Amino acid sequence: MRVALIGLPNCGKSTLFNQVAGYKAETGNFSGTTVTFTESRVRVAGEVIELVDLPGAYTLQSGSPAELEAARYLNSRDVDVIINVADATQLSAALSLTLELAALNKPLILALNMIDEAARMGLHIDADGLSRELHVPVLPLVASKGRGVKGLFIKALEVYRKREQTQGQETDALNPQDRHQLAVEISKKYVTQGERRIIWRDRLDNILLHPVWGYAIMLIVLYLFFQAVYGIGKITEPPLLALFDWLMKGALSLFEGGAFLAQIILGVLQGIAAGVAIVLPYLLPFLLGLGMLEDIGYLPRVAFLMDAFMHRIGLHGKAIVPFILGYGCNVPAVMSTRTLEEPRDRYIAAALAVLVPCAARLAVVFGLVAFYLGPVAAFALYLFNLLVIAITGKVLSQLTPENSPGLIMEMPTYRVPTLKNVFGKSWFRVREFVVEAWPILIAGSAVLATLNYFDLAYIFNWLARPITWLIGLPFQVGVPLIFGILRKELSLVMLSQALGTEDFKSALSPEQMIVYATFVMFYLPCLATLSILRRELGTRAMLTISALTVVVAMLASLLVRGVAIIFL
Amino acid sequence: MFVYKSCMRLLDLPLNANARLSSFDEVRAKLNQYGLYVGDTVRVLRVAPLDGPLLVEVNGREIALGRVLAEKILVELQ
Repeated sequence: MRVALIGLPNCGKSTLFNQVAGYKAETGNFSGTTVTFTESRVRVAGEVIELVDLPGAYTLQSGSPAELEAARYLNSRDVDVIINVADATQLSAALSLTLELAALNKPLILALNMIDEAARMGLHIDADGLSRELHVPVLPLVASKGRGVKGLFIKALEVYRKREQTQGQETDALNPQDRHQLAVEISKKYVTQGERRIIWRDRLDNILLHPVWGYAIMLIVLYLFFQAVYGIGKITEPPLLALFDWLMKGALSLFEGGAFLAQIILGVLQGIAAGVAIVLPYLLPFLLGLGMLEDIGYLPRVAFLMDAFMHRIGLHGKAIVPFILGYGCNVPAVMSTRTLEEPRDRYIAAALAVLVPCAARLAVVFGLVAFYLGPVAAFALYLFNLLVIAITGKVLSQLTPENSPGLIMEMPTYRVPTLKNVFGKSWFRVREFVVEAWPILIAGSAVLATLNYFDLAYIFNWLARPITWLIGLPFQVGVPLIFGILRKELSLVMLSQALGTEDFKSALSPEQMIVYATFVMFYLPCLATLSILRRELGTRAMLTISALTVVVAMLASLLVRGVAIIFL
Repeated sequence: MFVYKSCMRLLDLPLNANARLSSFDEVRAKLNQYGLYVGDTVRVLRVAPLDGPLLVEVNGREIALGRVLAEKILVELQ
């Protein structure tokens, strides 16, 4: 038997799904986390059922990709029972979809999710009355805590066995407008608003969305977020790298140092190390932190506060999330563009997010610019980066014909995140990275090792020569630039290898240092990011965004070179 | 279509005043998709600074609306 979960965005379908099926669907306190359906076989009360988590939909008729997906699924496959998950705190909005589903004449159950939250808000829902009115079983549910889940599925089995056809009301004739009116009337009839016990949401919003304090708190929250993530990275990265150093030395000692096989093994190990060095110190803490902020419901508040700024570069508030994440690692940044609805917005947000200097590129800016030219120069470079991103955003949004439709977003209530959910979600995203990006990193690393072994790496110096010549960099930097695509923080180590000195001052002029750092800041995202770009937006978008970053890097470097020649 | 004296853009609605959504043909699909329909009562809860978005309450839900959208929505004061 096949059971489909459907409901409005952010009503807890995926949370329910994960309660039953283990963590397989992505959830978040943010509308539209699920974009396609997830299926899973689960065993409930001795029966095996196919459970399907459909993307959130306000209606089956309108045009968003997620909703079309849901409607197509319900119409095409033989779904035996539909479980309509409704946010009990916002019943009138949910009932419109319920009425539409009832008209499908398939066994239907209405689950009133977050019923505890509704009680806290002083809402009393007459479930029996509602059930009589709609001719549909109505059950309470607290999906996040697993309460009422079992009862719900037992009811689903019961309904299935009885083949209880829901008595569809004459709702198919209703247009969306009238259906909505009817839903509002029904909810007025069966929902009584008692004393609203808590207004802490409003109190919290008074501070967190305050025109002055809201921004101050946002900066503090993000600062703490980054500090925590970098803190974890600082503790975990050195021992990991030391471990891999030891492994590589061990592997080398097994062979003659120059043997081809040893080089390949070394390359593979380097690829594995690159993956580990990205995943554990950066990606995982970032995703855990993001998961917390997401489940609390803070991200939509940030989107609200930043909408005005994002609007000026042709995007809207929701696109702020990729930017924030980009400063840590571009991989989760690109993943997070998924919450944007319009393909145009996703493309621009992803293209700009990969221009944000991640932690690895920070190492280059610090090691080269801050160390040799002073912190002011490094800070100026960061400001310059913001300016370039803003200009690129402006240009890209001018180039795309349609305008951003503007922000429209549900502002969810604050919820206490559960560790289980946050860990589950982070693991889910890490797995995507491990499956998609890691093999490519390892393969790329092995290929480069091969080229190195046959002394073919110098080709890269020639390949990159047109660019390095134009921005006034020495011939040898082609290799570190191209190898740097594997892992950006290696650009500095390899630069010293290529130049044959650790003292960059002796090999590079101040002007060349800042130009190199500028170019590294903008050009091609690392291999891991490229593979995630391809996965999220397709090969074409990955290629055009890559080309764009090279053009931006060239122009920015030329500009910096010009300014540096005048002032340095 | 009748033009009411009390008809105005959602963007111009004063804070905390109740109004009825009266017409938004241009952005109807988008709003319906988020469960907003003609006839719903709307109240502006807050406005973000620097020409930022509006936070409105409709049917007990809070929804953030960018200015681009809010200027295309007409409301009637109640």
